[in-house]
Amino acid sequence: MSQTPIDRAAQATPTRVARRIRGLSDRAIAWIFVAPTIFLLLAVNIFPLIWTINLSFTNFRANRPNREVEYVGLRNYERILTDSDIWLTMQATAHFLIWTIVLQVLIGFTLAWLINRKFRGNDLWTTIIVLPMMLSPAVVGNFWTFLYQPQIGLFNYVVAFFTGADPSSFEMIGSVTLAPWAIVIVDTWMWTPFVMLICLAGLRSIPDYIYEAAAIDRASKWRQFWTITVPMVLPFLMLAVLFRGIENFKMFDLVVQLTGGGPGSVTELTSINLKREAFEKWRTGYASAYAIILFVTVFGLASIYVKALNKVKER
Amino acid sequence: MKTARYLAVTALSVAGMGANGALADDLTLCWAAWDPANALVELSKEFEAESGHTMNFEFVPWPNFADRMLNELNSGGQLCDLLIGDSQWIGGGAENGHYVKLNDFFDAEGISMDDFAPATVYAYSTWPKGSPNYYALPAMGDANGWFYRRDWFENADIQAAYKAETGQDLREPQSQQEMLQIAQFFQGREIDGQTRYGAAIFTERGSEGITMGATGALYAWGFKYENEPGSYDMEGAVNSPEAAEALEFYKTFYETATPPGYTDSYMEQGLDAFKSGQVAMAMNWFAFFPGLYADPDVGGDKIGFFVNPPQNQAASTLGGQGISVVAYSDKQDAALEYIKWFAQPSVQAKWWDLGGYSAHNSVLNDPGFKDSAPFAADFLEAMDAVQDFWQEPAYAELLLAMQKRLHDYIVADQGTAQEALDKLIEDWTETFEDEGKL
Repeated sequence: MSQTPIDRAAQATPTRVARRIRGLSDRAIAWIFVAPTIFLLLAVNIFPLIWTINLSFTNFRANRPNREVEYVGLRNYERILTDSDIWLTMQATAHFLIWTIVLQVLIGFTLAWLINRKFRGNDLWTTIIVLPMMLSPAVVGNFWTFLYQPQIGLFNYVVAFFTGADPSSFEMIGSVTLAPWAIVIVDTWMWTPFVMLICLAGLRSIPDYIYEAAAIDRASKWRQFWTITVPMVLPFLMLAVLFRGIENFKMFDLVVQLTGGGPGSVTELTSINLKREAFEKWRTGYASAYAIILFVTVFGLASIYVKALNKVKER
Repeated sequence: MKTARYLAVTALSVAGMGANGALADDLTLCWAAWDPANALVELSKEFEAESGHTMNFEFVPWPNFADRMLNELNSGGQLCDLLIGDSQWIGGGAENGHYVKLNDFFDAEGISMDDFAPATVYAYSTWPKGSPNYYALPAMGDANGWFYRRDWFENADIQAAYKAETGQDLREPQSQQEMLQIAQFFQGREIDGQTRYGAAIFTERGSEGITMGATGALYAWGFKYENEPGSYDMEGAVNSPEAAEALEFYKTFYETATPPGYTDSYMEQGLDAFKSGQVAMAMNWFAFFPGLYADPDVGGDKIGFFVNPPQNQAASTLGGQGISVVAYSDKQDAALEYIKWFAQPSVQAKWWDLGGYSAHNSVLNDPGFKDSAPFAADFLEAMDAVQDFWQEPAYAELLLAMQKRLHDYIVADQGTAQEALDKLIEDWTETFEDEGKL
């Protein structure tokens, strides 16, 4: 009779060790296996989080190690939540978050629906569409600053071609009204393919026989779309929204390269503002409180969203 | 035989070491990546030959220089043995123990601060300000100045057009308002078949750009940081009517006399705008002037230089740096050796010849200095009236607040000049309260 790998492992284990293991309960063995992971989790996630919470109640500055650290209670939290400039960065983040998600979902789903139809060159188009998300955000930010350049930028010329306006008559990243849209456009250009891929996976997971049955029941294409396609793709779409939402809430590199948070502070997202507080002004205690507020916000919103996602899946 | 050969090699090695006086070290000097840094590399070859030490250089582009170097100092990093740090870092460098105090070394080596221009010693070396506590040797004198297209200014057709438009002669501006008028004259003007613009000024948001640019106007109007030096009493000084007027002036300059899309521009963008023939004038640091004068397209006879024009008073924004020994370096002796070598008058003279701006009196007071370069006289004039930003340990926080308030008002067109300055006082007050100075 041939031996299984488990049998072979058991025979290879020295008797002394085997006797010791035999004395351990299943629960103990389970702990031995998960202990390294738990240790790592505690070291790199939980401990820094607790330490950050602790720092958020102090006036600690990492660039002044010799200065006496004072506990300031909830003062940092109070300052942040009553600072009108911080609320402006929250508004800028909300504008960026909402519009990028709306546009990426609409365009991404449409592209996925088109690509899902079988036609010649389908694979080539998929590859071309996916290219932007393979680039580094820093590179994308950099070259879009050239595309948006009012005197030589291609973007301005394309807009001018369609509208008849003078290319240098508007500044995408220099104008207070256009700059928030400039970053939305670039992020949408870069990350719509990601949403498209997830939607495509959802579309391809729908078995053909469901559409065939609907066709036999004489359901129109429009009805098939709303009663079969949309509900079955929805969990995938919601997952894409979750990923993009979390990513864009902490968006930093692309926007820093593109606008640096300007003009003024109109594109200064919370992550950029937080970085300035933590690593340029070195207000470590204050920045810790800021980070905790953002963490609670993201965690809370994500938890509500995941519950909704699970309900959709259960349907 | 083998033993004899071994002894001979050992003896020769010892003799060689003796010639150099000490064991050779690998020193790293950190600075910003710009024209003078290349001159310093050239100059330092002499030090390598004399001392036997090897010089390595870490040059960081200006927009990231402060971020990169202050992080290095704050983390106690050993990357740099010598640092040519910005003048505003001196407070933090001294109080946080990043820089080695140089008084004993200067005394032992006979290096006197009286040999250097007083304005540079005050700005680059001392902390607390003006006290005889030295944390750096003045290394690179600098100020914000202006340059212009001399060929356009001297063009008869352009001169006639300017006269017809303004009733005045086109010349190097004698006041801030005249400079704006000239810039507005050139804005959108066709010259040699191309559209040209008035001037390239600093508008950068991320590091220090817009502050360094706008203070050129603020100082000229009489802006002050405090009512009394050291009092941190800012009300009425920072937000004086003159300061508000100066800020409105800079905003008008930005809106009516700069190229399109010029919303986040600093040194490099200004140089590009000038070298590509986009603008008639540009502000920038004197450090770039030797390179500009040597430029084959816009240098030589085509370029002229002038000091930041006065308005209510003569004033220029201070640039420049001192050279310090980093306290975390384990090669401090060799680093001090470099400073001793650098402080020599003969080395300082060569430094100026190579394109660095010496702050040594033997160079600046030389009768031939003013004629040694077309911008040398302007440099001396500028250094006589320089003003600098706060040099407090919390300088970065103070600077970022000013960057935000100025950019919000000038570029993003939010609020009024008075509101921007009032908010700036609020920000700075909060910082000084945190620092325990208010």
